[in-house]
Amino acid sequence: MMNCNAQTNKAVLDKYLTLPQGSRVQATYIWIDGTGQGIRSKTKSLETKPGKIEDLPIWNYDGSSCHQAEGSNSDTYLHPVKMYPCPFRRGDNLLVLCEAYRYNKEPTKTNKRKTCLAVMEKAKEFKPWFGIEQEYTLLDQDGHPFGWPKNGFPGPQGPYYCGVGASRVYGRDIVEAHYRCCLYTGIKISGTNAEVMPAQWEFQVGPTEGIDMGDDLWVARYLLERVAEDFGVVVSLDPKPMVGDWNGAGAHCNFSTKAMREKGGMKHIEAAIEKLSKNHVNHIKEYDPNEGKDNERRLTGAHETSSIHDFSAGVANRGASIRIPREVSAQGYGYLEDRRPSSNCDPYSVTMVIVKTTCLDK
Amino acid sequence: MQSHAQTNKAVLDRYMSLPQGTRVQATYIWIDGTGEGLRSKTKTLEAKPGKMEDLPIWNYDGSSCHQAEGSNSDTYLHPVKMYPCPFRKGDNVLVLCEAYKYNKEPTKTNKRKDCLAVMEKAKEHKPWFGIEQEYTFLDQDGHPFGWPKNGFPGPQGPYYCAVGASRVYGRDIVEAHYRCCLYAGIKISGTNAEVMPAQWEFQVGPTEGIDMGDDLWVARYLMERVAEDFGVVVTLDPKPMVGDWNGAGAHCNFSTKAMREVGGMKHIEAAIEKLSKHHDSHIRAYDPNEGKDNERRLTGAHETSSILDFSSGVANRGASIRIPREVSAQGYGYLEDRRPSSNCDPYSVTMVIVKTTCLGGE
Repeated sequence: MMNCNAQTNKAVLDKYLTLPQGSRVQATYIWIDGTGQGIRSKTKSLETKPGKIEDLPIWNYDGSSCHQAEGSNSDTYLHPVKMYPCPFRRGDNLLVLCEAYRYNKEPTKTNKRKTCLAVMEKAKEFKPWFGIEQEYTLLDQDGHPFGWPKNGFPGPQGPYYCGVGASRVYGRDIVEAHYRCCLYTGIKISGTNAEVMPAQWEFQVGPTEGIDMGDDLWVARYLLERVAEDFGVVVSLDPKPMVGDWNGAGAHCNFSTKAMREKGGMKHIEAAIEKLSKNHVNHIKEYDPNEGKDNERRLTGAHETSSIHDFSAGVANRGASIRIPREVSAQGYGYLEDRRPSSNCDPYSVTMVIVKTTCLDK
Repeated sequence: MQSHAQTNKAVLDRYMSLPQGTRVQATYIWIDGTGEGLRSKTKTLEAKPGKMEDLPIWNYDGSSCHQAEGSNSDTYLHPVKMYPCPFRKGDNVLVLCEAYKYNKEPTKTNKRKDCLAVMEKAKEHKPWFGIEQEYTFLDQDGHPFGWPKNGFPGPQGPYYCAVGASRVYGRDIVEAHYRCCLYAGIKISGTNAEVMPAQWEFQVGPTEGIDMGDDLWVARYLMERVAEDFGVVVTLDPKPMVGDWNGAGAHCNFSTKAMREVGGMKHIEAAIEKLSKHHDSHIRAYDPNEGKDNERRLTGAHETSSILDFSSGVANRGASIRIPREVSAQGYGYLEDRRPSSNCDPYSVTMVIVKTTCLGGE
């Protein structure tokens, strides 16, 4: 039985979406809810297309319905921070990424962007670049991975990574549609691949500088949720959706400063790794929305992960906390890959703590 | 149909009509550690590549493709040929790659490197090839597509080159694949329904030298992707159904310039003489498991020769080498080596044929 969103007739929708809409424009405000991993949105009509971000009004929503406020004092504020063209409604319609603020003008508990932006401002002469590899799993509406036999399992992992063919990959249409949406909106999507567990996929966003990493990744996640919803398929960012001999899902964060990217940069990479090695526990706390509890199920030391208990680093080593790509080691400069962040991490938290530790000496 | 893995193609079309800007998607394709599996992943390029040198060397996780250890897993992709992408269209491209290990050696299943060296050495012979790729469609349960569930169709007889819903299964996939090959510039020369129902054949050629392996691997990739889009499985297994059912081969038609000219028959006969002295080493090169796969197919029945003996004959489909009747009649042309398995590596096949017939066997 297909998900209800796959059953509504898409040709009927297309007929309505071709209606001209006049000069009024639709802006979809997007925010992060009280769980620190859920995304919410609602739409407002604007009289005309906004020219710049300041043209977008501050708005508000019911925080008590997002685990963010009491019913008696629920208004929570949306401050627009970035605008993207809307790939669903097209034309002049927009998506608007927002920061959420409480009635007392403080950021909500899960608004990590405010402090991330402050750190990125402080560290801007380092020109910190990021690229995040977002892994995720597609599920059917019964919670079982999409395409897996019902009440059963596919053959063991081996044939699925970067696989091709109806018996090896499930849901490529969603991946293709999402990629196109990201290109359309200007999000710096750098690639996609099928992952080791069937129905698991990855897309990469980057390289981006500073606050753009968190912004683009949250909007890319929103696009993925919407595209999959359109196909009637569920997306999970859970870091270990299937117990047993099945890979988990991460959000490996590739990172470099200007000094690391220049000739001789390897000494800066090694210095950064040294600092990271002394801050393992507090990084782990920032690498999923539950202070490491989610990552405990994933970072076991097996399935191409490092153990959550230890810090390690190595060239081309996918079992280490930090991997130095082989060509970086060979040429003596480049970037490092922090493989610890969970697929459901907040990229603002991750990028902020990496910069704090390696550039700002805490 | 496998209802729980279906996604709505009209929904995909709506997203694929979004303009993508100037950035271009390049799908890198490689052969995995099994020697018969294809893998791919996509990278965004800032602009359409003008020539091969514009495509960067990339890498992937060889430990997830049976090609490396997790502790030292980076495996490199060297682009060798570009084709327009029939799935994403526009300026998007497919990029065929050779795979190299961390120590710059080709991976064990990268047979292209040696093949290219042989083709270079033999180039004054102008070796031409045409391969007849047979394959079988399977449903998600592993049974041939269109066959009755828990049963069998009537005996072979009515199915070869047939027409009609009770005689051929999956023509849509064949049609779509043919169009993709034409779009991509692959030298597809024809298709036909084969002797076993749900079995088909396409031919690629005539092509010279290294192009045969390149075009056939990409044609196989296109077939996997097209069938995946239809939710049907493709198998290149040489004997998918035990019993009175044909196997699948990749007959390799071959000629040199001398064979193609008037009086060329003596060169064809000389080549057959050389091939007769190298039967065992050729059999080892004619499937990815040194002859073990072909053992199940080359029985001497079902239009095959026996794996144990070498034979040749005019118009003889039970021989190792068949000389087409019109070639015999006009005294020049080409020969058909009927031994290669459907899952052979065309680089291995074309290389060993040229080594034996043009370069003195080595």
